[in-house]
Amino acid sequence: MTERVSEQSGQTVIGGATLLDLLRRQQGEVVGLGLILAVVVLLFGLTTPRFLTIGTFQSITFQLPVLGILTLAMLMPILSGGFNLAVTFTANMAGLVMAWVLQSQGGPDAGVFAFVLAVLAALATGAAAGWVMGIIIAYTGAHPILVSLSMMIFLRGLGEFLTRGGDVSGFPDFVGSIGHGTVLSIPAPMLIFIGCVIIWRILLTRTQLGFTTYMVGSNLVATEYSGINTKRTLTLIYTLSGVMCAIAGIVMLTRFNSVRVGHGEAFLLITVLACFLGGVDPFGGFGRVVPVLLALIILQVISSGLNLLGASQHLATALWGGFLIAVMVTRWLLWFLRGGKRDS
Amino acid sequence: MQSKQPILQLTHVSKVFGGSRALRDVAFELTRGEVHCIAGENGSGKSTLIKIITGVYTPEPGAEIVFEGRRFDSLTPVTARQLGVQVIWQDLALFPEMTVAENIAFEMNLSRRPRWVRYDTMRAQAQETLQRLGFALDLDKPLRDLTIAQRQIVAICRALVAEAKIVFMDEPTASLTQTETTALMDVVRRLSEQDIAVVFVSHRLAEVLEISERVTVLRDGLRVGVFPTGEMTQTRLTELMTGKTINHEVRAQDRSDAPVVLEVRGLSRDAEYEDVSFEIRRGEILGITGLLGAGRTELASTLFGLTQPDSGAIRLDGRALALRSNQQAIEAGIAYVSEDRLALGLIQRQAIADNIAITVLDELEERLRLLSGKRKSNLVQDWISRLSIKVDKAEDAVSTLSGGNQQRVVLAKWLATNPKVLILDSPTVGVDVGARAGIFEIVRGLAESGMAILMISDEIPETYYNADRILHMRGGRIVGSYAPVAADIADIELAVNA
Repeated sequence: MTERVSEQSGQTVIGGATLLDLLRRQQGEVVGLGLILAVVVLLFGLTTPRFLTIGTFQSITFQLPVLGILTLAMLMPILSGGFNLAVTFTANMAGLVMAWVLQSQGGPDAGVFAFVLAVLAALATGAAAGWVMGIIIAYTGAHPILVSLSMMIFLRGLGEFLTRGGDVSGFPDFVGSIGHGTVLSIPAPMLIFIGCVIIWRILLTRTQLGFTTYMVGSNLVATEYSGINTKRTLTLIYTLSGVMCAIAGIVMLTRFNSVRVGHGEAFLLITVLACFLGGVDPFGGFGRVVPVLLALIILQVISSGLNLLGASQHLATALWGGFLIAVMVTRWLLWFLRGGKRDS
Repeated sequence: MQSKQPILQLTHVSKVFGGSRALRDVAFELTRGEVHCIAGENGSGKSTLIKIITGVYTPEPGAEIVFEGRRFDSLTPVTARQLGVQVIWQDLALFPEMTVAENIAFEMNLSRRPRWVRYDTMRAQAQETLQRLGFALDLDKPLRDLTIAQRQIVAICRALVAEAKIVFMDEPTASLTQTETTALMDVVRRLSEQDIAVVFVSHRLAEVLEISERVTVLRDGLRVGVFPTGEMTQTRLTELMTGKTINHEVRAQDRSDAPVVLEVRGLSRDAEYEDVSFEIRRGEILGITGLLGAGRTELASTLFGLTQPDSGAIRLDGRALALRSNQQAIEAGIAYVSEDRLALGLIQRQAIADNIAITVLDELEERLRLLSGKRKSNLVQDWISRLSIKVDKAEDAVSTLSGGNQQRVVLAKWLATNPKVLILDSPTVGVDVGARAGIFEIVRGLAESGMAILMISDEIPETYYNADRILHMRGGRIVGSYAPVAADIADIELAVNA
């Protein structure tokens, strides 16, 4: 039945209409998450005096970037209706390639030129891993979960075989100072992350590729019928996702001054969690960078705050999960109060 | 005929959504074994009424529902089913991976105890129900191997197993061929003979008038009236539904002096169409009609570059085209309005604005190849006003629009590409009778401005009153050609449905 939907989008008028109006608008997600962030910061600030300090800020901004960049790498495939389960191992593999280039150029004695070369090699590695996934997904129509899972297992096995499960280290000193350095008391990795966020936001809101990513995520065939080269779109999405993974891998290398396959593995599911917490539609087509960024900050603040209180990191993980469930229930409640009708 | 004893009476039924009133003090009556039709345009309140009867919606206080003498203020889905109200939705809501028998006897498994699945009794019941309708189907065939028409029979059988006394059918003939529709009409008569009331909701006025005894007409949430179909004509019914008088006249013009824009010679593709030749001239509307499965959509797919012909030639403005993708077709100046607006024509969940802009992204780029929001909103507003699309906000999902307005959005997205040839595949599917005239007005305007238009439709009056020439396609071949000015519509209908 093609009855006009507006006829059915019943709305329940309730008391606090102004807040609801705000939430109803496109910025609703940002406002909601901003409120949650404020509440979380306030709670920790009242609980422990050590929370609202420059030290906490720096600890958060040192820890956020790797998870954040990996989340950006996850975001684009999810928006296109897919998935990239290989994000962490793509990052590891890119880091490994970077480490090898540095070592082949003298290890601790490698110069800046060698560093630039190593970074480019790492980016190329990430791009290649993503490109292979993209090509397979675009041309065979295989499910992205299966394709990226295969890539994840392939990269993991290959990496562990090549490193025999050990660490690769021995880089020039300036590499470590990138990972731990600050500019105007903002950690360098955070600046890299901010740069990535800005690029991703422009890409998604202002470019043809971004536009078609959302369209492909909602209806691949209708997008193709509209004259969009969807195979190219999908290939590009996964290639860029791979490049983003490589950036995460580079940041990890500079942070830890070593590379090990399996480093950051636990981040994989957290990146998915952050995307959904940021209001990204699990079926693709909808989601924005800024709410995802806010979601990441909330997760990191919870984790750092609990750490300050001396709570176990496992408790933080449990809280993250509980938090996401609470957010989903709240979203459902809001939707229910708005009249309980789907807009699609 | 049937006993005139009422089975269902509704009075004073209103329903308010937000600020808008979907139904206003509507009454509805159904007698035992009656075949009844609810007619009305989209937004007239048809589906709201059905959802109140099936218990999905609760009517506003004051409503009275009397079912076989029992009074209710409102119904719940469970009581509605217990009373014997069944709906056969357009998508049928069956299980494609399960067998015919499993689908038909599905209800048995829900209510009976012990909760074991008894395959032998299930098969027996399925067989018996099929016989009641005079049909034979392979009970062990998975549903997905059946035609749409056969699936519909399965859905009806399932309603019978649930001991239906009233069966609602939502656009039941939308994707059926003429023969299948005739078969469905027989089934409806059998149901009626078995004292089961059938309520049709259909856009196709001809069959509505043929099968039903009475028709309830709704407009803007009000009941216009209940009419016996014996003295009703299609034109009169349209006028009641829209509140407007519609003049049908042949508008065909002779364009044989104009230059040829699209020329197709001996085009063939295995198992789809064979030796198809025609040409469309500047400003000409060429209609192609024929039954479902005649190869019309397949031909359109090739002209749009989605498939490649095995042999034959396509020329545009005298130049041979060898299209390998629809992107090349669009580049060459060919646009295609698909018959499947839900799955192919529009990206339903995305914004109206994005659906219009998607075909011309290149033109929206400014420096650094970034998309300009300003250019986009200018483009979108321009098309919204040029095609008079009724839009609240351009950022709303396109799915919130009525069928007619959605079709205008599809037209906008293709006209934005400035095509030389516009292919319209069943342009009025899911579009209200009243809104169709508006679509054709746009199409004729485009032809006047020099566009060559290929209009595919299985609704013969549509092509007869709007096309300059009509080709009849059957079994993948062009078997006839008519000029509306010279031919009688009855002759064309006879030839096509033969």
